[in-house]
Amino acid sequence: MNAPVTLKDKQGHASPDERERLVVIGNGMAGCRAVEEILARDADRYAITIFGAEPRVNYDRIMLSPVLAGDKSFEEIIINDQSWYDDNGIELVSGDAIIAIKRDAKEVVSASGRVTPYDRLLIATGSDPFIIPVPGHKLPGVITFRDLDDVDKMLTAAEAGGHAVVIGGGLLGLEAAHGLSLRGMQVTVLHLMPTLMERQLDEAAGFLLRNELERRGQTIITQADTAEITGNSHVTGVKLKDGTEISADLVVMAVGIKPSVNLAKQAELEVERGIVVDDDMVTSDPAILAVGECVQHRGACYGLVAPLWEMCRALADFMTSTPSGYAGSVTATKLKVSGIDLFSAGDFSGGDDAEDIVMRDASRGIYKRVVVKGDKLIGAVLYGDTADGSWYFDLLKREEDISDIREALIFGQAFASGGATLDPDSAVAALSPDAEICGCNGVTKGQVVACIDAGANDLDSVRASCKASASCGSCTGLVEGLLSISLGEDYGGARTVTPMCQCTSFTHEDVRRNILEKELKSIPQVMQELHWTTPDGCASCRPALNYYLLCAWPTEHEEDPQSRFVNERMHANIQKDGTYSVVPRMWGGITTPNELRAIADAADKYEARLVKVTGGQRLDIFGIKKEDLPAIWADLNAAGMVSGHAYGKALRTVKTCVGSEWCRFGTQDSTGLGIKAEQMTWGSWMPHKFKIAVSGCPRNCAEASIKDLGIICVDSGYELSVGGNGGIHLRGTDFLCKVETEEAALEYIAAFIQLYREEARYLDRTAPWVERVGMDYIKGRIVEDEAGRKELQKRFLFAQSVHQKDPWAERVGGAESHLHKHIAEIRPFTVLEPA
Amino acid sequence: MVDAKWIDIGPVEQLPALGARTLPVQGGQEIVIFRTATGGIYALANKCPHKGGPLSQGMVHDTSVTCPLHNWRISLLTGEALGEDKGCVPVIPVKIDAGRIYIDRTAALAGAV
Repeated sequence: MNAPVTLKDKQGHASPDERERLVVIGNGMAGCRAVEEILARDADRYAITIFGAEPRVNYDRIMLSPVLAGDKSFEEIIINDQSWYDDNGIELVSGDAIIAIKRDAKEVVSASGRVTPYDRLLIATGSDPFIIPVPGHKLPGVITFRDLDDVDKMLTAAEAGGHAVVIGGGLLGLEAAHGLSLRGMQVTVLHLMPTLMERQLDEAAGFLLRNELERRGQTIITQADTAEITGNSHVTGVKLKDGTEISADLVVMAVGIKPSVNLAKQAELEVERGIVVDDDMVTSDPAILAVGECVQHRGACYGLVAPLWEMCRALADFMTSTPSGYAGSVTATKLKVSGIDLFSAGDFSGGDDAEDIVMRDASRGIYKRVVVKGDKLIGAVLYGDTADGSWYFDLLKREEDISDIREALIFGQAFASGGATLDPDSAVAALSPDAEICGCNGVTKGQVVACIDAGANDLDSVRASCKASASCGSCTGLVEGLLSISLGEDYGGARTVTPMCQCTSFTHEDVRRNILEKELKSIPQVMQELHWTTPDGCASCRPALNYYLLCAWPTEHEEDPQSRFVNERMHANIQKDGTYSVVPRMWGGITTPNELRAIADAADKYEARLVKVTGGQRLDIFGIKKEDLPAIWADLNAAGMVSGHAYGKALRTVKTCVGSEWCRFGTQDSTGLGIKAEQMTWGSWMPHKFKIAVSGCPRNCAEASIKDLGIICVDSGYELSVGGNGGIHLRGTDFLCKVETEEAALEYIAAFIQLYREEARYLDRTAPWVERVGMDYIKGRIVEDEAGRKELQKRFLFAQSVHQKDPWAERVGGAESHLHKHIAEIRPFTVLEPA
Repeated sequence: MVDAKWIDIGPVEQLPALGARTLPVQGGQEIVIFRTATGGIYALANKCPHKGGPLSQGMVHDTSVTCPLHNWRISLLTGEALGEDKGCVPVIPVKIDAGRIYIDRTAALAGAV
């Protein structure tokens, strides 16, 4: 580079005409910071001109949120006022954007036509907000959240009150929503993803954040795909792709930012996502540098302020001839919403050799997760208590070896580096007698010890006598510690009951009880409240939780389709070759020539490879491709058939014989009762598959005595028995009772099913459940307790009133159609076909 | 977009969290694209190393998927079977750029005619 010789005058200032001319495009945080860094190193080196598109001095853009929220004024967020420019001899041209870079002539052209030559040019154009190009995005009242003008527009709108819709539940959107909400607007946040701030937070932390924002009166809609912004002369609302309409007086688009690269592109600099720079922040033209959100360094673009400071330091080092090189940044985020403590840094997407350490403290609303790989910390998410955020961030950036403090890492700096003992038993021993052990029941250490001294020698007896650990159970470890200290070798060890899975110490029963007591209605809520030790559970607990929630709260639970086994997600049975089989319902095993024709036609049309009569008297059509499922269902629906739920943990079939209508031995209309039973119970989700059979006489042709519920018709009525199983462990049913009428039989069936639904463990069939709880218990609940039976029946029928839906019809109607489609298709050496 | 190394297969939003979509390759092995709870995107051959089960239909948790046929757990990062099981499924490199998923051309077409 041909730097001119710098001549200095008597005062030590270089003569302006002789200095290298540095022109900066962008008067924002990066541009000014870069200049500050250069001045700090060599104040006389350059004659500096800064162009800013906004008609104001340099201010702290990341503090716009507090300005909107009313926590700060504009004056308070000015970084450099006019006197700074004057004192440093910098020429500021504000409100006149640069519109062209002429690299050959080494000059820039502004909107007003001003031509300014440069020796070195610094591009710090920052980023532009993403605008989703939906219809109506240009209506007045639709704004972005990027500069002070946007804040002014929001403040004006907020004065009139009304509804604001913020599109985007990321950092920026939530801060805008918070500000508008504090300014008195009703705010709805629309977020495309299922989790707020999904780039910074994991599901659990996102869930806590959502709860807190909702508690503050904001409406949060996730998985909200904006279709249109409505209004004629001014915005009046937002319409989502699912048809939901939300009224709006103001719409803020805060879906993200993209590097502002137009100028650089026109100047034919190398631009990918951002302006490509090397470690010295030099672009493909050696005379031109770039810094800030507009650049792409080693493949990464940054939208946070910390990396920008690091880039500016490297840039200034290079421009004052002592290159240091920028090596990229590790970033951390904090949400600037008052009263919500949230911190996220590094990589928390997990991985094989990465280990998650999760701590949840439901009573204090705290969630912490650190991710460790090898002997290093690689990520951290903190919610509710961010005091250790900077400590974790420091460990992460310095890549420190944490193997010595690993055990205590999650408890934070004070604990991990304070040399506190890591033996949990001695920690409990150190507690004073009035220290509270069980927060739910207000039990102190003294009381637990007293109850152990009085004879309690295991967890269950402590729970029974002083209630400690009997509610949420999060103090179980402490109680076990006390047992072990007090009893020494006499303590038999931790409770031997099996926890639900490796993600929790709770049993299935504990979880179900807590779901009801604490009114938990979604999987993330259960995982937070019950201190799950993994971020998103496993293939074993998730389907169970989903079932427990839908059983406990038929109308209120938050269904999680991703937590259902493939068969229930696809409403068909997956087979060994990856194709599916489909079973339409045949009520009581009865069919008609028309139904048979429809099944035969469907089997032909979709090239079924096998049609088989099942053990439950239904027809199973094999070899259907995933993408053909909606079509075959549509055809079967059109012929009047609905899904047979042969794939589900659900009521499958009601098997019958022909009974008194045709059979010379039949005593009652077993087919008729079977159809009534199936019509009452179809579509009900269960802990496991569930089968019923009705035999018309004791000869039992429908094999009722090996079903989950069997009915054998006799002259004087109906004999009900339960808990049979024809599977791996052949088991005959146990007699439950005899009733006289069909109506009574149906009442008992509903009550028994509901008891099983409410109390069995997920994936327990009735047989092991009946053996575990005993027939005496079941008779007590169903036969002897008439009021209880009727309550069970009522709850069953209520659940059926909402859940008895044909899943095929819903899918045929277009619900979740993406599940059946490929994302795209690759045809080698031709073109890519979008699905 | 046609690029020498990477094939654009569409926007990230097409994948629900903890979900998966398939990507057939004409004359080659079907690929499955996964999305984890935290937004990580991974691609594997859609075939369990055990008995060829369609991993696209399995349950995703953390950075692994459980095969729907026999509950083998496969790492989305390395394609290897986790726990006691032994076996490996090909991993296809992916990258995300401006909200779109790109898949490594060579790996995607490996074995295609």
